[in-house]
Amino acid sequence: MMAIREMDAKEVTRKVMNKKELFILDVRNEDAFSDWKIEGENLTHLNVPYFDLLDGLDEIKDQLPSDKEILVVCAKEGSSIMVAEMLSDEGYEAAYLKGGMKAWSEHLEPVKVGDLADGGEMYQFVRIGKGCLSYMVVSNGEAAIIDATRMTDVFIDFADSLGVQIKHVFDTHLHADHISGGRMIAEKTGAVYWLPPKDAEEVQFSYEPLVDGNDVKIGNTTINIHPLYSPGHTIGSTSFVVDEKYLLSGDILFVDSIGRPDLAGLAEDWVGDLRETLYERYKELSDELMVLPAHFMIIDELNDDGSVGEKLGVLFAENHGLNIENEAEFRSLVTDNLPPQPNAYQEIRKTNMGKITPDEEEQREMEIGPNRCAVR
Amino acid sequence: MIKTDQVLDAKGLACPMPIVKTKKTITNMEPGQVLEVQATDKGSTADLKAWTERVGHQYLGTVEESGTLHHYVRKTTDSEEKQETTYEVVVNNDELQRKLESSEDLTVVDVREEAEYSFNHIPGAISIPMGELDNRLDELGKDDEIYVICRTGTRSDLAAQKLADRGFNKVTNVVPGMSDWNGPTEKSIG
Repeated sequence: MMAIREMDAKEVTRKVMNKKELFILDVRNEDAFSDWKIEGENLTHLNVPYFDLLDGLDEIKDQLPSDKEILVVCAKEGSSIMVAEMLSDEGYEAAYLKGGMKAWSEHLEPVKVGDLADGGEMYQFVRIGKGCLSYMVVSNGEAAIIDATRMTDVFIDFADSLGVQIKHVFDTHLHADHISGGRMIAEKTGAVYWLPPKDAEEVQFSYEPLVDGNDVKIGNTTINIHPLYSPGHTIGSTSFVVDEKYLLSGDILFVDSIGRPDLAGLAEDWVGDLRETLYERYKELSDELMVLPAHFMIIDELNDDGSVGEKLGVLFAENHGLNIENEAEFRSLVTDNLPPQPNAYQEIRKTNMGKITPDEEEQREMEIGPNRCAVR
Repeated sequence: MIKTDQVLDAKGLACPMPIVKTKKTITNMEPGQVLEVQATDKGSTADLKAWTERVGHQYLGTVEESGTLHHYVRKTTDSEEKQETTYEVVVNNDELQRKLESSEDLTVVDVREEAEYSFNHIPGAISIPMGELDNRLDELGKDDEIYVICRTGTRSDLAAQKLADRGFNKVTNVVPGMSDWNGPTEKSIG
């Protein structure tokens, strides 16, 4: 009997980013699997619920590879350990995902996107299991964080490891698909927390209003963060131009899709704002800006280094959502046939407004599943 | 409290143990009996539903009470699935529904287990589980229009025969029964 191996979310992330092969036996029930699973270019999946395997593996043996490692995945890890042990007893090389899909959903992989003009750096935190992207701008001992997720320690520890102090924390908008870590990071580090005031009318805490022309400097004086009012996904949605090089587009523009205007309940009202932002305000910006969105939708959007981003000029040429001449057609794209709304999105919005304070386990439950902030 | 034949305490246990223990427990139970599984693992609801569907047991429902999930599962018998009936006076579901809608004076007797009835029954139906029928005959009138219903028509077939044998004059079996009922239903659990 071979020992079973524990594989953590970071190792799986590396395999996905490096396009490695991996055989995954997902033992969650079929509804959970079809809703949300580990995605990757060279992954092979077999979904058989653990409760179908209680009497043995005979029925699936012809579908299992005998010459390579099998990663068993479940919701939390208990069932995957049981099944991995059964595999191992039968002579298979078996591993299980440490912490299960819960850990997968919470893993953040920091990727350096590039250098800033005056010695600073731009980092992207890829939440690979859920498609959320957060950012850290670092310059001369100071840091700013944009669209942080609730795994606040990851950001704080990362800043510590770079020896920089977090000075400013921003949310581009009031998120509906994940719980923001912005306020918590600001509280823990003494940083200033910025929110667009039009999204923050109902929030229960104090914040610094983020409006056009309110430039923020990080470290060296030359690195400015210009907020750019860009409504459409929400009424307050704000983009940032960092160092005249990066456009942090929030949930307005993605690499392969555009934002959806319906998660705060006002699709019909905001579709005009969304079009104006994408087709007029963004059009005035430099084509050379690297667009860094707050989400990716499909794993194909990852660049070879694992980061997500593309030049604005390329998106104007290739992103379908930026190339719809007819306004009625655009309106129909972003208001008809929208994908299902994210799990518990109304509770998530309330949490981000500080109206409810769920515990960590409840926050996890609320965030289960894929993000669904875009339309293609 | 819903009456059950056995209670399994799986509180505090993480996946996969609630299902592993349920499987073990139900193996040793009699067909037709109802098991209550107490669990705190939130994922147990979806897994129990999917598992019972797979193996053919009947998932009745779940009640959450101060953090504990109470799941109700009934071990199904093979004969029920065949839906063979011998009592000759039958109506189909649609016909019963029509009679109920036109407010005819009739009595619906639901002979499923109390737990099955609790989660889903026809408004106004009387719950007399099969096993209690002999002792509760005095709740029914000899000349009442009695419509006996269960899940698939098998238990109600036996019940209808029994009632007719005991001198009830107007007894009808409803087929197939609650498994395919499209009319209004209600719950009787808090």
